[in-house]
Amino acid sequence: MSKKVTHEFVEKRVGWLAVFTIIAISIGGLVEITPLLFQKQTNEPVVGLKPYTALELEGRDIYIRESCNSCHSQMIRPFRAETERYGHYSLAGEHVWERPFLWGSKRTGPDLARVGGRYSDEWHYVHLMNPRDVVPESNMPGFPWLAENTLDGELTAKKMETFRMFGVPYTDEQIAGAKAAVSGKTEMDALIAYLQVLGTGLTQAE
Amino acid sequence: MSSFWSAWIIVLTLVFLVVIIAILRWNMKNYTHIKEGELMDHEFDGIVEINNPLPKWWTILFWITIVWGFIYLALYPGLGNFAGLLGWTSSNQQVLSLEESKQAVVYAKEAGKIVQYDREISQADEQFGPIFEAYAQRPIKELVNDEDAVKIGQRLFLQNCAQCHGSNAMGGKGFPNLTDDDWLYGGEPEDIKYALIHGRRGQMPGWSQQFNDQQITELATYVISLSGRKVDPQLAAAGKQNFAVCAACHGMDGKGNQMLGAPNLTDNIWLYGGSQAAIEETLHNGRYGVMPAWKDILGEDKIHVITAYVYGLSQE
Repeated sequence: MSKKVTHEFVEKRVGWLAVFTIIAISIGGLVEITPLLFQKQTNEPVVGLKPYTALELEGRDIYIRESCNSCHSQMIRPFRAETERYGHYSLAGEHVWERPFLWGSKRTGPDLARVGGRYSDEWHYVHLMNPRDVVPESNMPGFPWLAENTLDGELTAKKMETFRMFGVPYTDEQIAGAKAAVSGKTEMDALIAYLQVLGTGLTQAE
Repeated sequence: MSSFWSAWIIVLTLVFLVVIIAILRWNMKNYTHIKEGELMDHEFDGIVEINNPLPKWWTILFWITIVWGFIYLALYPGLGNFAGLLGWTSSNQQVLSLEESKQAVVYAKEAGKIVQYDREISQADEQFGPIFEAYAQRPIKELVNDEDAVKIGQRLFLQNCAQCHGSNAMGGKGFPNLTDDDWLYGGEPEDIKYALIHGRRGQMPGWSQQFNDQQITELATYVISLSGRKVDPQLAAAGKQNFAVCAACHGMDGKGNQMLGAPNLTDNIWLYGGSQAAIEETLHNGRYGVMPAWKDILGEDKIHVITAYVYGLSQE
């Protein structure tokens, strides 16, 4: 009957407390995340997926810079209510080259996972300058400066090389031509190019 | 999933469930020499600890979650490659193309699996499919008098078309008004339906290379005169000299050509504005309006109903 008060062991040894805490909180990750890193379905691209062109890649960075992903998700969930509006639900194979992915979790605006080809370039231009010109009830801010800022393309090739390190199949020609493909274009051109390719890897595969 | 990762998931999950049970049981017994409700040995600044058992409600809840954990793992896909006794899954994710996606639906059905998404879709198809199929059998000119069909068409229009053409279908700069009688590619039901299915691409080229600023001003003046507005007759006459190149698409009389989507220049309806400046801008830079194709997004049956709605807009 004179056993020690056992929980004192962790209460008085912070190092052990940390060790036990780490073990406890890593179990979920070990079971749910680690296996995904090695699954075919999370590493194999869908049939028609193409790497972003230099211009689209710059557009993606502008999308991130302007925080579009704070209000727009890029993840169509497998519910009829979503697929009726947005198209086929998102597949893991469409996002294998995304670093970071832009799935998002909040929709102030609509999902954009398959916005590519849905509107004309002209519409995107008018809409990004002042959304209320085409959608009167919209509460999206305008981004008129995108039409004024031009890209110099200094870092584009470097970005593509970095993506290639992570397994995106860019060719040498694409990287060599990156600067020429981008420089002089406006940020608006780049963002529209990016929006117009979203989700088309699955739906417009030949 | 490879058997290694499957085993990894199964072993870790079950081992830790057992560990949790062991820890919970261990904590339910009093292993100390201190009786329940009495002071523990330590005290700090007058704060003392009393040797209380775990709250009963909390312990019961913990047991319930553990039991539920086992039930869940038996019924649903949780343990690696084990699909669960219900054969349930949320959607077919192991697909790499639309073709494979369609096949996966068939395979899952044949294998007797419950795919939540597929089930939702097939239930909706059973419910709504016959309605759209029945509409698809009827000609647009008849459907336009069917109140329900037109209402459904309007719903679909508001969701998919209003972003460009406006919720009242009256369009805006660059996006055609669908309520008037002026049609770029023709206003018959089959023309409208074709546009919805395949999309349209405007092909007005820019003329900055061929004409200088003066000539473009003259041309614009002549174009304005076509719709009966007052203009400088000298400028217009000079513009008419060069109108032959425009006539290739818009016709000698400027009445347009619906085969090419070349607008009628004489009716004073302007897609990109009818001011001198707007017309000059059009002549300088060209216009390449795009109507996207909706076949793959909406399917032909829904397009048929939208066509009825749009056709009806200009028939009043």
